[in-house]
Amino acid sequence: QEKEELIEEWQPEPLVPPVPKDHPALNYNIVSGPPTHIITVNGKECINFASFNFLGLLDNEKVKSAAQASLKKYGVGTCGPRGFYGTFDVHLELEERLAKFMRTEEAIIYSYGFATIASAIPAYSKRGDIVFVDEAACFAIQKGLQASRSNIKLFKHNDMADLERLLKEQETEDQKNPRKARVTRRFIVVEGLYMNTGDICPLPELIKLKYKYKVRIFLEESLSFGVLGEHGRGITEHFGINIDDIDLISANMENSLASIGGFCCGRSFIIDHQRLSGQGYCFSASLPPLLAAAAIEALNIMEDNPDIFQTLRAKCEHIHKALQGISGLKVVGESFSPALHLQLEESCGSRENDVKLLKRVVDYCMNGGIALTQARYLEKEEKCLPPPSIRVVITVEQTEQELEKAASLLKEAAQSVLN
Amino acid sequence: INHIVHNGGLYKRPFNEAFEETPMLVAVLTYVGYGVLTLFGYLRDFMRQWKIEKCQNATEREEQKDFVPLYQDFENFYNRNLYMRIRDSWNRPICSVPGAKVDMMERVSHDYNWTFTYTGRVIKDIINMGSYNYLGFAQNAGACQEAAAKVLSQYGAGVCSTRQEMGNLDKHEELEKLVARFLGVESAMAYGMGFATNSMNIPALVGKGCLILSDELNHASLVLGARLSGATIRIFKHNNMQSLEKLLKDAIVHGQPRTRRPWKKILILVEGIYSMEGSIVRLPEVIALKKKYKSYLYLDEAHSIGALGPSGRGVVEYFGLNPEDVDVMMGTFTKSFGAAGGYIGGKKELIDYLRTYSHSAVYATSMSPPVVEQIITSVKCIMGEDGTTIGRARVQQLAENTRYFRRRLKEMGFIIYGNEDSPVVPLMLYMPAKIGAFGREMLKRNIGVVVVGFPATPIIESRARFCLSAAHTKEMLDTALKEINEVGDLLQLKYSRRRLVPLLDRPFDETTYEETED
Repeated sequence: QEKEELIEEWQPEPLVPPVPKDHPALNYNIVSGPPTHIITVNGKECINFASFNFLGLLDNEKVKSAAQASLKKYGVGTCGPRGFYGTFDVHLELEERLAKFMRTEEAIIYSYGFATIASAIPAYSKRGDIVFVDEAACFAIQKGLQASRSNIKLFKHNDMADLERLLKEQETEDQKNPRKARVTRRFIVVEGLYMNTGDICPLPELIKLKYKYKVRIFLEESLSFGVLGEHGRGITEHFGINIDDIDLISANMENSLASIGGFCCGRSFIIDHQRLSGQGYCFSASLPPLLAAAAIEALNIMEDNPDIFQTLRAKCEHIHKALQGISGLKVVGESFSPALHLQLEESCGSRENDVKLLKRVVDYCMNGGIALTQARYLEKEEKCLPPPSIRVVITVEQTEQELEKAASLLKEAAQSVLN
Repeated sequence: INHIVHNGGLYKRPFNEAFEETPMLVAVLTYVGYGVLTLFGYLRDFMRQWKIEKCQNATEREEQKDFVPLYQDFENFYNRNLYMRIRDSWNRPICSVPGAKVDMMERVSHDYNWTFTYTGRVIKDIINMGSYNYLGFAQNAGACQEAAAKVLSQYGAGVCSTRQEMGNLDKHEELEKLVARFLGVESAMAYGMGFATNSMNIPALVGKGCLILSDELNHASLVLGARLSGATIRIFKHNNMQSLEKLLKDAIVHGQPRTRRPWKKILILVEGIYSMEGSIVRLPEVIALKKKYKSYLYLDEAHSIGALGPSGRGVVEYFGLNPEDVDVMMGTFTKSFGAAGGYIGGKKELIDYLRTYSHSAVYATSMSPPVVEQIITSVKCIMGEDGTTIGRARVQQLAENTRYFRRRLKEMGFIIYGNEDSPVVPLMLYMPAKIGAFGREMLKRNIGVVVVGFPATPIIESRARFCLSAAHTKEMLDTALKEINEVGDLLQLKYSRRRLVPLLDRPFDETTYEETED
């Protein structure tokens, strides 16, 4: 029979294409021991300039003992989602503490940093709604937008004029069809401190645009929480903006708080909705209590020592200045941003070759005792792929000498590899 | 009539699955119940709008009242009027380890569940039939906890980096080798969240031009992963092999819908145990179909790993099949191992590809070290490599508990769905009022149960779901059964008329498949 023949003949593609053995992303660095200030990478001891441990809380004894106490009381896992006996008193306490710290009404915790913003966006924005998002938004935001099936409008990075142009275009569209416009929700999604470029978003102008064009703002503060602002409350404190003007703030606890997971905070009107419609909240097990206890203790430390933020920013300025003038590499990022990128001043033709060249710089630095890493991306999936770069992360634990050593080692590496 | 499948020797043991039909009277009464609730809902909304009744939910800011409303009124209708009445059955806060017995914080509501206050008292020793603790590894003492404590003091709680950058610890490598050995596959990779394992890796495996055949009752994470991948999705009836075969035949013969070009690959998504039905996937038949039509199989063993099989290795071992026949074996560590996270196991090329291209490896923080250690210790315990027979004993205890519990409930006359060997036991409630009543009555008698209604289940088929655990002793099960019997008589839940419908005779419509495209 014809059908039988067709079934016989059909050959599918292999499930996965083969990956060449020397693919740069295949061979991971193996870290033996804790990834703290002094880190042992592939057997070599280095100073850690690659983990996002901004406030140095990964190794803090108080945080560890709080987690130990929680481990003794609750065990490791929660064995259930929040709705079915997975809500522990630690979760409720952490949510209260976060809401109080950020001075909002309510907060909600997720058990995975990536899932936080990727579940929050589709809970509010559905098919037919419009989202204006910055080009340099991180991958988690892109996945959240894809899951929401809304219309996405990208505006150029940090370009308020471009955003205003898009908003005006949308306004003229609205006037053609006012009935539809009355039910189409609009959102702007921006990051406080961008992971891909290291600069901050101009929040005061965004607030003005918000009230002029009636758009809601979702702010992603993964890098700026615990870094910007006098008390570490993020970019709203940095600019002195009323926190109620931002509809939703989302952040992950995996950078400054040195724990795992993420949270969203804002008014109860907005946050409560996610308790029934946030996919990563309803259908997934809750955060292990020991990690929640570690986050609470980290918050305590942040509240008790508000001067570490100033210290961190001073160190960032220091290294930003010290890294200027390296021949062949340019520094990308604000002077107070703790996560900088070093990009090649001149690309040597293809992305592959650039990546190989940067790898040699990184290897040189590793041999010299400074642990660095290249910023990793999924090349085919990103909407606007940033150029290849080396990620430099500054933490509160690094001393002046170590910063100087890193700067001089990078200069040497650039000299020997790029010239 | 119990339906026992042998199917030409594919099954080495009887496959006993039953879904008793909803009695007609009960179905009618359930619809009536929902109708009454809906009417009252409209009445209440009307009164709230005209300010006769106080509006209790949070409202929009004054400054933003002229923005486009964030929620449509009818979207929240179910939430406001039906869910809010029985909200106290969910999100119950506990304050001890989620083992066989658990301590719960007492909550009261003075305004019909709109707000809760904690009285400060703790209800102690509630028999926990709701947590996913199949092998009883949710413990705060013992070998697993001590090992996790040691790793916590050495490594800290967080990692602060992604797998591809600086977050790949030696502990992760150790875990992955161990998981691969446990499953009997070449290689494995672990991730920090079970939900994210599905939603981030299915898009990495299939894309546009591929076909996904997914079971009707698949979990939200599988559905999200399938949607994000951009492939065409077709749904086959739950556990129905004729439906699946027809879809496979049509797909290969007709090709892609508009262009008629052949599909690049076909991926079948199934789960080991379906958590709402308690049914086990018909794995021997699925594998036979997969081989005949040259497609790939993605098996999500979230509930079945550790819970099925003579040595806890999941649904593949339960049926006595070869793990290499399943192309992608996925599972989670949350349920049977008392930790958090997920894994994918398979051939070395597959795992190498995922190490390079998985979204989680590039952008998401790696697993926390004490959680990794808990998994390592519990897997070694199950395999017997820690020198004791605790693992083996637990797997056997769970199987005994399952058989005993299910048999007793069926004898009492309740309608129980699902396979005889699955530790997930759904007990049908049907009527909306009984959902709340069952949860509250059981709590009064110190037993914590999980009740589920719409939208997790079809609207008239609401149920109570018991999750058995190896940590439940026979006394605890007997106590629970006694109380369930009492509540069953009180609420008139014993619907069963012992007319079990043989599965193959359930009509399935030959005409169409539902195609969902974005």
